[in-house]
Amino acid sequence: MRRIDSPQALEQFRAEILSKRDPRQSLITICGGTGCHASGCHQVVEAFKKVLQDHAKNNGISLRVTGCHGFCERGPLVVVHPQKVLYQRVKPEDASAIVQETVLKGKVIDSLLYEHPTTGEKIVSEEDVPFYKKQMRIIFGNNGSIDPTRIEDYLAVGGYQALPKALFSMKPEQIIAEVKKANLRGRGGGGFPAGVKWEQCRNAPGDIRYVICNADEGDPGAYMDRSLLEGNPHSVLEGMIIGAFAIGSHEGYVYVRNEYPLAVMNVGIAIQQAQELGLLGKNILGSGFDFEVKVSRGGGAFVCGESTALMASIEGQVGEPRAKHIHTVISGLYDRPTNLNNVETWANVPLIINKGADWYSQIGTEGSKGTKIFSLVGKVNNTGLVEVPMGITLREIVYDIGGGIPGGKKFKAVQTGGPSGGCIPESQIDLPVDFDRLTEVGSMMGSGGMIVMDESTCMVDVAKYFMNFLKDESCGKCTSCREGTKRMHEILTEITEGRGTTDHLELLEELGWTTMEASLCALGGTAPNPALSTIRYFREEYQEHILHKKCPAKVCRALLTYRILSDVCTLCGRCAKACPVEAISGKAKTKKEKGLPFKIDETKCIKCGMCFESCKFEAVQVE
Amino acid sequence: MTAPEVDSIIERYGGRESAILAILQDIQTKEKYLPKEALEHLGARLNIPLNRIYRIATFYRALSLTPRGRHEVCVCVGTACHVRGAQRVMDQMNLELGIHPGETTKDKNFTLETVNCLGVCAAGPVVAIDGEYFGKMSSVKVPGVLKKFRSDKKEKVDEKD
Repeated sequence: MRRIDSPQALEQFRAEILSKRDPRQSLITICGGTGCHASGCHQVVEAFKKVLQDHAKNNGISLRVTGCHGFCERGPLVVVHPQKVLYQRVKPEDASAIVQETVLKGKVIDSLLYEHPTTGEKIVSEEDVPFYKKQMRIIFGNNGSIDPTRIEDYLAVGGYQALPKALFSMKPEQIIAEVKKANLRGRGGGGFPAGVKWEQCRNAPGDIRYVICNADEGDPGAYMDRSLLEGNPHSVLEGMIIGAFAIGSHEGYVYVRNEYPLAVMNVGIAIQQAQELGLLGKNILGSGFDFEVKVSRGGGAFVCGESTALMASIEGQVGEPRAKHIHTVISGLYDRPTNLNNVETWANVPLIINKGADWYSQIGTEGSKGTKIFSLVGKVNNTGLVEVPMGITLREIVYDIGGGIPGGKKFKAVQTGGPSGGCIPESQIDLPVDFDRLTEVGSMMGSGGMIVMDESTCMVDVAKYFMNFLKDESCGKCTSCREGTKRMHEILTEITEGRGTTDHLELLEELGWTTMEASLCALGGTAPNPALSTIRYFREEYQEHILHKKCPAKVCRALLTYRILSDVCTLCGRCAKACPVEAISGKAKTKKEKGLPFKIDETKCIKCGMCFESCKFEAVQVE
Repeated sequence: MTAPEVDSIIERYGGRESAILAILQDIQTKEKYLPKEALEHLGARLNIPLNRIYRIATFYRALSLTPRGRHEVCVCVGTACHVRGAQRVMDQMNLELGIHPGETTKDKNFTLETVNCLGVCAAGPVVAIDGEYFGKMSSVKVPGVLKKFRSDKKEKVDEKD
C-alpha cells in the first residue's frame, strides 16, 4: 500500500477508490458479525463464493462480508445491492437462487423476505423493516456496507474526512471546544462530558500523555462496542487520532476484551492498514503529528472495565481499581495524564468534527445529545443492536423496534445499565431514555445493555443472578464490596430457596446502602442497584417468595413442584426417558400394551425441568 | 512448553514486563493452561518474582493453572441467556458431564466453563464448544450437542476429576 502524505493525496486516493466502484453494479453484502456467525453465516459466504465462481462470466458481481447489521435475530442477513433487497435467515442452499433470480434477473424471492409480524406483509427493502425504521443509525449505519478488514471501504463511505479537517484546519483547543459544544457524554456508562475530560488532560502537567479506548465491554447482554470495533474499527481509530491530537498525546491503547476474538483481529488489521497508509504513526498525513496505537487484550475480569483497573492491567498489574483522589486525566497510565473513553464515544468524534457541534446537538435531549446504541436482548422478538436518538421512549424501543414480547406474554421490566444498573417496571415504560432520566428512576445508562423481561422472569432470581455475578467479579479490595455482595447474594439465595424471612428485605436494603457508601470504585458503588431497584418496584414478588414460599414466575426451582396431568398425558413416555434421576414411573403405550399412567416421585425429583421441556403435549404442570 | 518457546513469546512483546498479561495469554492459548516450568522461566527472564506472576495468573479468569480438557465447553450465563433459561442448560451440563464449572472430566476430554456474555444474545441461550456456537439451547438439546465431542461411545462420563 502506498503512503499518503497530504490531505490532497488522501482525497486523490479516495477518488481513485470511488472511480473503481459503480454504485449501479451488483453487490451482495453478507453480515459477518458474531451474531450471524453463530447462525451460520460462514457457510452462506462459502456457498456464495462457489456460486459466483461458477458464474465467472457474469463478472461485475461482487461479494462483501460486512460488520454487524444489528438485526441479529434474523441472521444470517444478506442484502442485494443496488436494489437493497434484504434477505433474512438465509441458508447456504439459497445462494444459487439469490444470484440467479435477484442479482441476474432482478426478481425478489418472497420466501426469504422479512414478514411484518402483525400485518404479515412481505418487506423487500432493508429500510422499510420496522426494526430499522425508527432507528437513527449515524454511528452504526456504515457497519452494514463496509468490509471492516479493508480500509478502502471506510474511505469509500467518507471515512478519514474528519481527520485532515482536524489536523489542518483546526487548533487542538478548537477541537476540544467543538466536542464540548456538542456535549458528547461518555457512552461507557458514566456519562461524563468528553470535551471536559479532554481539556483537563490537555492542561495536565507533563509532556507524555496517553489516550485509551475502553473496549473491555464486560456488561453481560451488551455487545454494541464489540460490533462497532468488529464492524467499523476505523471509525474508532479516527476518533482516537483526533482526540490524541487535541489532547497532545502520541501513544494510545485499545483495551479489548479477550472474549471477542473477531474484534481483536479486526482492530489489529485496521491499525496495520492505517499505519501503512500513513494515517497512524509518524507524521500523519504530513502534518507533523505522530500517534501510535497498541492493542491490549483483557483477561476476563469485569472490573478491568473500570478506568484505573484497566490502566493497571495495561501496566501488567492485576486489575484492581484505586482511589481517584487524583483523576486519571492528571495521573493515569504509568502515572501520566491519561484520557480514557469508550468505543462508542470515540466513534462519535469524527461525526462531530465532520458535521459540526450545531448539527450534532440538534439530536437528543437537553442534557444528552446524539444517539445511543443499545443492545436489545432478552424476551423480545427482535433481538439486536439498535441506534436511537436520545430521548426516545422505552415503549418505542421495546414495541416499535423490538417488535414486542414473544409468545404473547406480558411485559414486566427492562433492565438497563448492566449488572450495576436497575430494573425499570412497566409503569415507567413511557420514560424518555437519556442519561438523567434513567438515573432518576434508579437505573442508569451504563454501556447500553437493555434486557427485556416478561412475566416468566422472576425478579428475585434476576437480583440473585446479578449479585452472583458481582460477588464473583468484585476484586476484593474493599471489604464492603467483597463481603457486601457476598452476603446479599446469600440472602437472595435464601429467599429463592424458600428460607426467606420478613426482616430479609430490610437487611438487604441496609447492606446495600453500606456497600454503596463504603466502596472505592463504581463496581461496589452501584453493586446493590439490582437488589435495591427490584425491591423498590417488585416488593410484592419478594413477599410472595418470603411469605407464601411461591415463585409467581415459576423460575425458582426450590419453590416449584412438577406434576403430570393424567387427562392430558398421551402415555408417550418421553418424560420418563428424559428424567435424569428416574423419578418418573409409568409405562408407555404401545400397539400391544395399554401402558401405565406416568407419575413423578417428589422425593426423587431434582426439579431440573427436563420432563417439562421434553413433553410435547403440555401435560407436565409446574406449580 | 520448552524454554525457547517461552522465549519466543517474550520476544514477540519485545521483552516488556508490562506485556506480562499478553505473554501469559499466549502461553495459555498454546498449552491451554499455564505450566509451572513456563512460569518459572518467564519469571527468571523478565526478572519478576514468581508470586507476582501467580497473583496475575489467579486474578484473571482467562488464565488457568490446571491443565484443560481437549474440548472447552463454555456455557454463556449472560443476562440475556439467563432470562431465557441458561441455568437449566448449565444444570444439564453438570449432570451430563458430572463436573462443575472450572472442572475437567477425568478422561481429560471436557472442561466446563461459564462465560459472562459472548455477545450472541439473539441466539440465547448459547453454548460455545471450542469456539463453535450452539444457539437456542435447552436442557433437552445438551446430550445431542455434546455427542459430537465425546471421545468414546460411552453414554456418560460419571466420574469427577
